[in-house]
Amino acid sequence: MKKLAFVTSIIPALGSLVVINRVEPYVLGMPFVLFWAICWVCLTSLFLIITNKIDPANREEE
Amino acid sequence: MNSALLVILFFLVLCIWLGLQARKGKDMSLEQWAVGGRGFGGVLVFFLIAGEMFTTYTFLGASGGAYRSGIPPALYAFNCFYFVIAYWLLPPIWKYAKANNVISQSDFYDKKYNSPALGVLVAIISVVSIIPYLIMQLKGLGIIVAETSYGTISPSMAIVVGVIAITIYVTASGMHGVAWTAIIKDIMILAVVVFMGIYFPLHYYGGMQPMFESINAAKEGFLIFPKEGLSISWFVSATIMTALAFYMFPHMLAGVFSAKSPKSLRWNAGIMPIYQVIIVFSLFIGFSAVLQVPNLQGADTDLALFKMAKMSFDPWFVGVIGASGAMAALIPSSLVLTAIATILSKNIYKVWKPNTSDDQLARLSRVLVPVIALVVLYFTFNGGNSIFTLYLMAYSFMAQLFPALFFSLWKKNPVTVQGAFAGMIVGILMVVYSTISGTTLATLFPSFPQVIKDLDVGLAVLLVNVAVTLSVSVITRKPGVKGEEKNEWTDLAN
Repeated sequence: MKKLAFVTSIIPALGSLVVINRVEPYVLGMPFVLFWAICWVCLTSLFLIITNKIDPANREEE
Repeated sequence: MNSALLVILFFLVLCIWLGLQARKGKDMSLEQWAVGGRGFGGVLVFFLIAGEMFTTYTFLGASGGAYRSGIPPALYAFNCFYFVIAYWLLPPIWKYAKANNVISQSDFYDKKYNSPALGVLVAIISVVSIIPYLIMQLKGLGIIVAETSYGTISPSMAIVVGVIAITIYVTASGMHGVAWTAIIKDIMILAVVVFMGIYFPLHYYGGMQPMFESINAAKEGFLIFPKEGLSISWFVSATIMTALAFYMFPHMLAGVFSAKSPKSLRWNAGIMPIYQVIIVFSLFIGFSAVLQVPNLQGADTDLALFKMAKMSFDPWFVGVIGASGAMAALIPSSLVLTAIATILSKNIYKVWKPNTSDDQLARLSRVLVPVIALVVLYFTFNGGNSIFTLYLMAYSFMAQLFPALFFSLWKKNPVTVQGAFAGMIVGILMVVYSTISGTTLATLFPSFPQVIKDLDVGLAVLLVNVAVTLSVSVITRKPGVKGEEKNEWTDLAN
């Protein structure tokens, strides 16, 4: 489980470094390169909350 | 006296009052004063640590960067590595600190390596890095208040009054004062930045997409990464370097130590990215200024936000923006001030006079606050360009503390005290040399591919630091003696 938690946390770190360097298509009014970056910030939250859920460390301690 | 000024003054008084209220019912022992008695729940810790993302940078730097250079600094404002590193690194640091009564960042190195001398070195590196950071925050404060008070308050006046305000409540309440004022600061900034970030594109361009389309038409290449200079490779390496340095700052670790449990740190790591997204509104403000106030040059580009605000709103609302900007500068400064005072008393004075009791240290830390404040004021007004050079080096300096901390969290620490010393000193010297001589990977290796030439030089130095740290450790490790007797129970994955 520890290993799985590590993997789910590392995905957004790596994903956020992939830059899609283009203006079009615009999404939510933003150039694609900016939208893509924001997407990964939100995904980081999602992935870390999942990591939190499966990380056994959170059950050991009170 | 105009209405903007009244609003700014009101919030200043509110901050002092809240900061003083915060100490009620607490006896101010060193642990209470420096790290809030390690009793802060998730919400307070959140505002302390996440609040560090909303400093003058959010107001001046992020919008100014987008205004000046478009996408590269805009994307650099987001850093997903912060949170992943926070998730894995902060809980073990917290646990060790709790078990060993660590109250400052330098303390951590001192106890982990059982070497007060290493604690002193770390303390010196940190103070040298963090004072320029403090000064830049104060200079930002001066600009913000002078702009939003329509020039009725001079920058120097604003800086002096601001420093007096935080000195009062930091001396009285320490970390408690910082945490309570941090909450109101963040709420204000959020409201103001989100509002302007939506209002400007709608009002001046009729929407977000029309705004970006007209910028793209007017300035080709502004909305993508260029092939060289601030290229993708710069972005990736600078992002990693900044994230490694981020939590090494003494005031950041003080925030971490103030947490009640490691659970709240993990929870925070998951929530903080959503909070970081809000910086995008600051970027929108900067982008909206590109075609509306097109002629700002040099240092004035950081004023993009205020130029937009003053041509769009009534003075009282400009005052609200000024007040939030002032808090964005002052509250992080108060956290920094608390951390510096703690380090100087615990990790420098106590090493010099080991018999000092914790009560005496607590008193000393608090007496040091106004002293440090005076020194910082002096350098703010007389520092000149050297301060700015030091400020540029601050992140690279702090990154040099990362290897020794990281390896010390392993089950078997491969690094010896000598290794830690050697790595840090070599790293610092290389940063100083490269900054002063203007050396980059491009000047060192002009024939290398652009991908390598654009790499952040701090990251390259860090790799050398790791190599030095590990090889000196191998040489100095005495056979049979391991350096990690004290911390067998820790584990990065724990």
